[in-house]
Amino acid sequence: MPASPLSGQRHFRLQDDFQPEMGMYQLLPFRFIPLDAKQYVLTNFVGEYCVVERESLQALVAKTLRPGSTAYGALKSRQFFFEAGETSALHLLATKYRTKQAPLAEFTSLHMIVPTLRCNTSCIYCQVSHKSAATASCDMTEATADRAIDFMFRSPSSCLKLEFQGGEPLLNFDMVRYIVESTRRREEQAGRNVSIVICSNLSLISEPILQFCKKNEVQFSTSLDGPRDLHNHNRPSADFDSYDQTLIGIRRVRDALGISAVSALMTTTQASLSRPKDIVDEYVGQGFKSIFLRPINPYGFASKAGAMTHYSTAEWVEFYKTALDYIIDLNIRGIRIREEYTALLLRRILTPYGTGYVDLQSPAGIGISGILFNHDGNVYASDESRMLAEMGDPHFRLGNLRQDNYEDMMLSDVLVDTLKETMTEGVPGCSDCGFQPYCGSDPVRHYRLQGDIVGFKPTSEFCERHMALFRHIIGILDGGSCASDILKGWMY
Amino acid sequence: MLLGDRTNAKWNEAPFVVRITTDPSRPSSLREREALLLKGPILEPLLGFKVFFSLDDSLTTSQHETRIVALPSTLSYVQDGDIVSVRPMSGDLRVLYRKASKHNALVVTPTCNNLCVMCSQPPRKADKEAFRLVWDAIPLMDIDTPGLILSGGEPTLLGRRLVQLIYRIKNFLPSTSLHVLTNGRQLKYLAFTQDIAEIWHPDLVFGIPLYSDLSHEHDFIVQARGAFDETVRGILNAARCSLQVELRIVITKLNYQWLPRISRFISRNFPFACNVAFMGLEPVGLAKENLQDVWIDPADYGDLLFDAVRELKWHHIRVSVYNHQLCALSPGLWDDARQSISDWKNVFLPQCHDCAVRHRCCGFFASATEVHSRAIKPLVSCD
Repeated sequence: MPASPLSGQRHFRLQDDFQPEMGMYQLLPFRFIPLDAKQYVLTNFVGEYCVVERESLQALVAKTLRPGSTAYGALKSRQFFFEAGETSALHLLATKYRTKQAPLAEFTSLHMIVPTLRCNTSCIYCQVSHKSAATASCDMTEATADRAIDFMFRSPSSCLKLEFQGGEPLLNFDMVRYIVESTRRREEQAGRNVSIVICSNLSLISEPILQFCKKNEVQFSTSLDGPRDLHNHNRPSADFDSYDQTLIGIRRVRDALGISAVSALMTTTQASLSRPKDIVDEYVGQGFKSIFLRPINPYGFASKAGAMTHYSTAEWVEFYKTALDYIIDLNIRGIRIREEYTALLLRRILTPYGTGYVDLQSPAGIGISGILFNHDGNVYASDESRMLAEMGDPHFRLGNLRQDNYEDMMLSDVLVDTLKETMTEGVPGCSDCGFQPYCGSDPVRHYRLQGDIVGFKPTSEFCERHMALFRHIIGILDGGSCASDILKGWMY
Repeated sequence: MLLGDRTNAKWNEAPFVVRITTDPSRPSSLREREALLLKGPILEPLLGFKVFFSLDDSLTTSQHETRIVALPSTLSYVQDGDIVSVRPMSGDLRVLYRKASKHNALVVTPTCNNLCVMCSQPPRKADKEAFRLVWDAIPLMDIDTPGLILSGGEPTLLGRRLVQLIYRIKNFLPSTSLHVLTNGRQLKYLAFTQDIAEIWHPDLVFGIPLYSDLSHEHDFIVQARGAFDETVRGILNAARCSLQVELRIVITKLNYQWLPRISRFISRNFPFACNVAFMGLEPVGLAKENLQDVWIDPADYGDLLFDAVRELKWHHIRVSVYNHQLCALSPGLWDDARQSISDWKNVFLPQCHDCAVRHRCCGFFASATEVHSRAIKPLVSCD
């Protein structure tokens, strides 16, 4: 700033008079982790981050950081320290911490209901161990459904979400109808608001179903794994062309309910790894504005399929990076599409708000962010808990709607103990990780793969994958190019 | 302006406010707080008006007590419903409120605890009169007044009296939106902020300036150590009490380079802001005295301003760009530019005459015709 004498009659004190003295600050809690060979990512517990060179990190701690330097300003602005006599930093941190943790007080938002386990496709990665369409013994009864709805309305959440999972929910549409109508009635009586989504392969979409969904404001979520050959390879059906049925279904839903009434997500198989651009192109071609790149889950048929679906975390990360680069490139060329998981991580990195995504919470989101009611009345702490049970291990079963009440299940040892042990703030390998404020716990996955709800982070694929994602995303943001501008447009 | 009193008797009355009327047959119950603006000679005795204003020097009072005051030609624009303050002893006349204006700003106290290097209204010694005149003027204002601005000085230095004033405005002008321009420092007292919130004014916004994301830089610009710390706590308290906060960033040579990081700071810490205003400098007051040190051509910070606005928009925070002529702004910011300059100090330059977007441009401060961007030029095509 100009230190020249000021021109007017008044004499102001110059900027130097206000410059803080070297080292006259108190550090506030922060974590750090290398970003690359030269730089470190520093984060604090409200999720503010700063990328600095190793020398600046050392100077920060040694209190030899030069006031007036870029690093000093960046770190002060993000409350990595505060100067003598100032308390606003603490007030800002407190406000941001409350804001970030607010979803905890919201309690369970996502309520998944499995109206039937029957299905008419045989996806190679099916996480549920699909039953053939004719098996009627895996349908939910009205009495069970009533109890599930009662349970849902016990949650204090201001944004209740009801999601029909399967099986293929439309194979038991009578039950879907029953639950939706009952929910809409209850919602009105209680002055609540529930958003309802059916996760479906859309093969059974019909005019009456669409009319019903329009009247009751029900939306759809479907799976689209890529171009025809890839989709049909991953999601074969004995009865129909899976790809055609999905596209016809998407079109019909959009025509009847609006363009945004159906979203899609993809699952990455071995066959997908070499085709990130084809997959993105398929989504763009079908008019989707977003895509959700998901690695395969280690449950159900996915774990049995062995070589068909198996790949390393590093391979998936490469796939993700290629796809993300391509998506960013499309955006730069004016084609709008965003990757949903990246968007979720960006919200956690760049905004003061917490996110409700079940698999990325601390404590874990099982039960308290999302919960699942199976067709037989069993209540599971998450969708993955149910998948695990279908494989023979009911570890995360909280109880059954027919015998157990809300309090018993929500205060069950398995849930409370798991939550207590999955706060990343205190978990070995997480507590001192620079990415801790952005990450979360997935106890079911760690239990499945490592036999322990906390898990061993050095060999955890969850940890490896998320570390890679955080480094990649922060690297792009810090690069400050067009790519970072594109990503910032995805935050909300 | 010197106030001439035709009776030659010394007029020792304390300052007061009157509402202008041109209707000699006003209900007598209203006349006590009104001034009749005379268009010609008085034909019959008109009793009860507080004072007569006349543009005609030759008029004199007849038998009655009421004073006739010569209105200087600079105030000849006053109309029915406008409110004028009269200081009989100093002979000072000021228009406090114009019924036809959308930008009525009331100086509720001349004193301030900041001394911003570019202050357009440099603070003066504390003076209780300013407050009393505004207090008296409120009941005289038109009930359909769309909006009022409480300005200073620093309104919050009034403490309890500010709370009472806002309450009074809510009572007399229930549908008037109210904008309080404050540095927010006193809002660090939660009890005070709560008192304001508990007025439950339906349309109240606090406009609080923030000149940097760093305390030492902000404190430098406002020339007050510790100001940033208090302002930040004040902003948080306001939000905590559900008061609406608009953040105002006056752009100067001293802080234009900080704009993007100020935006980042706001989006992370004050995402509840109902508006963030980037304001071009009004070269009066201290800004004029310190012109060389504070003036920066908007053409020199276009990219930085664009980045700062975009950052806030990414976070879905409403942005306004005030006091910037469209030709000096990137077209990407035109939708955010507001016609923000108060009507009575708003002018255009001769070269603006043929400009195609003049109708949506804010123009210039009357004070800024000498100092303006090198980018000023008429634009030929719209959008």
